[in-house]
Order: sequence, then C-alpha cells, then structure tokens
Amino acid sequence: MNSLKSRLPMPAAADGSGRFRDPAWRRRLSWTLLGLVLAWPLLVATQFKPWQLFDATSLDATLKFLATFLPPALQPGFLLEILKAAWITIAIATAGLSLALLLAIPLTLIATTRLSISRIGRARMNALPFVIRQCARWVLVILRSVPELVFALLFVRIVGLGPTAGVLALTLAYAGLAAKVFAEIIESNEGEAAEALLQNGAGRLQALLYGVLPGCATELVSYTVYRWECAIRGSVIMGMVGAGGLGQQLDTSMKMLNGGEVATILTVFVALVALADVLSARLRRTMA
Amino acid sequence: MNDSIYRLRQLCVRHAGSRPDTPCVLKDLDLDVARGEQIVIIGPSGAGKTTLLSALALAHQPDAGSFEAFGGRPWQLTSSERHALRRRIFLAPQAPPLPPRQRVVTAVLAGKLPQWSLWQAIKSLVYPRQAVLAYAALEVFNLGEKLFARVDRLSGGERQRVSLARLLVADAEVLLVDEPLSALDPRLARHTLARLQQEAARRGATLICSLHQIELAHAQFARIIGMRDGRLQFDCPRAEVTQAMLATLYAGTDEEAFGVEQPEVEIADARCR
Repeated sequence: MNSLKSRLPMPAAADGSGRFRDPAWRRRLSWTLLGLVLAWPLLVATQFKPWQLFDATSLDATLKFLATFLPPALQPGFLLEILKAAWITIAIATAGLSLALLLAIPLTLIATTRLSISRIGRARMNALPFVIRQCARWVLVILRSVPELVFALLFVRIVGLGPTAGVLALTLAYAGLAAKVFAEIIESNEGEAAEALLQNGAGRLQALLYGVLPGCATELVSYTVYRWECAIRGSVIMGMVGAGGLGQQLDTSMKMLNGGEVATILTVFVALVALADVLSARLRRTMA
Repeated sequence: MNDSIYRLRQLCVRHAGSRPDTPCVLKDLDLDVARGEQIVIIGPSGAGKTTLLSALALAHQPDAGSFEAFGGRPWQLTSSERHALRRRIFLAPQAPPLPPRQRVVTAVLAGKLPQWSLWQAIKSLVYPRQAVLAYAALEVFNLGEKLFARVDRLSGGERQRVSLARLLVADAEVLLVDEPLSALDPRLARHTLARLQQEAARRGATLICSLHQIELAHAQFARIIGMRDGRLQFDCPRAEVTQAMLATLYAGTDEEAFGVEQPEVEIADARCR
C-alpha cells in the first residue's frame, strides 16, 4: 500500500466533494431493501414454517415411512417390470424432447432479434418482421404458461391412457421452454461474429451457422441434455396421471405404501439423472 | 458504367437509437468516392472514423443529408434490396469478428457466404468447399500454414490478418477496413498494408481504410482524409497534405486526454475538394 502511494500521485480524497463515492451505491442499496420488503408477504402467503418439519409427530411419520425403504425390493419379476417401465420413461423423454426441438428450433430463429436483417443500421426493425417476432414470443409464452401435467391430463382424454399422451404433453411444454432459453443463449452470446457476417451481406441462416453456433453450440447442447433430464422427471410425474412408464409404477408403490419398491424406483431415477450428467459433461469436453 | 461509388452531402449520423435532439457523431459531411480509389482516413480517437466506415457499409442509417451509393439511395430501398447491395461492400471491423472455436479455414471462407446459397454454406461446414481459395488468401499475409488451426490458438496479430484474408475471398467492390494494423508490429504492418493495397488494385476494388500510423498513411495512400470531432478536417491528395495540417489535426488532443489546460486551436479550413 505504501509503495503504491509513493509511486502514484494521490488526489485529496477527503475534500468533501464526494467525487470518489460510488454513484451506483444508493440505487443498489434501495433495490436490495425493496426486494427484502417484497419477500416478506411471499413467506406469509406460502405459510413458510420450516420448524413444522421438525416437530415430534411429523418427524415420527417421516422416519416410519423412510424405515420401510429398507431393504429395497429386488425380486427378479419386479426388477424386470421396473426396467421395462424405465425404458418406456426414456422413450417418452427422448421422443417428447425430439419433437419439442423440431418445434423449438424454428420458433427460436423467429424469436431472436440477433438474426434480424431489417434492423441493421437502424433503431428499429421493419413493422412486419416485428409483428411476426412478437407473435412467436406470444406463442412461446402460452406454451410455457401451461404446465406439462395439464397438457398430459388433456391428452390423456384425447388419445387415451398411455405413453402417447406423455410424449405430446412434453412436446408442447418443452418447445416453449427450449425456444425461450435457446433464444436467450443466442442473445447473451457476443454478437460481433454474426453481426459482421450480416453486415457484409450474408443471409440469416448462414449467419446462424457461421457466426452464432460456433460461439454457443456447447451451451445449446448442454441445455438440451439438461432438458432431457427434466423430461425424464417430467415423464415420471405424468406417469402418475396415467401416461405410462416409471411414474405409473411409482404411483402404485406409493399408494400401497411399499417403501422397498419406492426405494428401488428412486434409485433408477438417480441412475438416469447421473447418466444425463455424465453425457452432458462428455459433450461439453469434446466440444470445448 | 457509373464510376461514382459514394456521394455524400451534408451527412449527419447519430449513434443508433439516440434521440433526435442529440448532437450528430458525423456532421455536415461531404464526400465523393470514385471506383478504384484508395483512401485513408486519419484523425484522433473518437473522431468518427469507425462511424463513417459503418455508414459507408450501409450498417448505420444517416439521420440527415443525402447518401448515395452505387448511383442510388440505399436507405430508400426495401430492406432486402439494401441487403443485396451489402454484398458489394465488405467491412472489416477493428476487432476481428471471428468465433474463437471456429477453424481458420471456416472463418476465412465465411467471406464467401454472400455469394453462396444456404445449401453450399451447409456443405462447406461438412467439408470445406474452397480450402485452396482460403489458403491463397491466407498466403497473401504469410499465414497459409494456419489454414486448419483454430481461431483461439492464434495471436492477436494473426487474427487480424485472418480477418483480412476473409476480406480477400469476398467478391466485394468496396473494401472498408477499420484500423487493420492495430495489432501488428511496424514491419508486419507495412507488409500487410502493401499486400492489401496490391490486392485491392489488382481487382479494381475501392479501398477505404482508417489508420493511426500517420507516416504509413502518408507514404502509401494517394488521397488522405483527416477527421476530427465528426467533421472532415481535410480531404486532400497526398502532395497537398502538409505537416502543419497534420499537426492541426491532432493538436491539443493529447493535452485534452490528460486534462491539461490548452490554448484554443484555430483550425484552418484546409479542404482541398
């Protein structure tokens, strides 16, 4: 500190002018306080009382249920059934996500402003592209605002009980989620590369391939794998309303209070999520 | 064929998205550029050189005045007609706009995109379509051996020259280059600029280049434009640019930057045309 002082001529900081006060400080402070004040009614509304978890009766019930988890059910017949159900779950997740991507990719390209040509050099884009872009954004909002479980209940009525309902529900719900996040990944990446290509007369999709994807392909791929992981979880929840797979098994075992079976099924979940994690890490490493 | 490439009259350009009452970044700018000319723009930092280049590249809509390019008014065309015009112009920005994880061959061939169809562009990602062309362009700047290297393995100066190689593979009639030598050592800078000018002359392209190396600019370019505070201070053939004019162009800027009191500089109107 002293050596720095001797090397740099220091201005008189304490001249009372406040020249060295951080101008953003007051705003930062008030936003934090406002956030805390707004959080309070949220806690009240959600009846957030964590100590209830630890009172004697609920602790007793929890421990009793957890005790039935041991030993996990390992009968060969049950294991075979679980493997079949797990395979259906993977199939639902994969098929649902693939169909969702088919919808999400075009919607992403429409929604992102990065690839707008009419915007170049001007404050705003043309009216027609603007309207189309806004429509795409609204479609995404609507797709996202309906939970996949509601879609599943809807499709179970249309196509009947079974995996098809789950696949269709995942398609619609995840198209909205994926397209929004894809568009945001593209927009938060540095845009110079694509911008330069567009400015020099390249087309939108050319700029996407040569300017946007090289910069954010890794993020897009790892988000897609994460979505696959979510789709596994989602298909389990939808299985509980009759869309097939592990969820249906879990639902049955829970209703029969068969802790051993629940433990086995949960272990399979852990294995599937770990698989997605390993896959994502591998892909990121090869693409880096 | 019309030999006028640009005709600017009383041009005023503001920063994108700023309100109409803010002062212009480029003010009352008159400029004529003919086909095949080689022009250098010099001037202190913040003079508006980059904004002028991006206006010339149809990447920045002027707020007032008349702007003609290739004998027409591009900002009165539809967006897609204007975009078609952009294929005839190539702007190489100051910071090389190359994705770090791309290979050099792809980054250079991206200059060909305006001439390629989407299908050709996709095929070239699978297997480079004209690797020889990319190699030839890189060789102009002695970078041929980097053809299949990744951009993030290159030094700053190498990236800058890869960006210039991209400019050479593009079939543009107007080459706009923003400070192409900022990351190069003096010897390499001289060599690179000479090659760039040779290539532009060989294909009859118009070259407009902004530079901070005043000696090099003066030695290499027949027409010199001096900019300051968003105005053309002078626009002269090399022979008529005097040391006094250069001194005036940069006068006071170093003191200004360091907050030292300075005498009022009388800027002579040294406009040659």
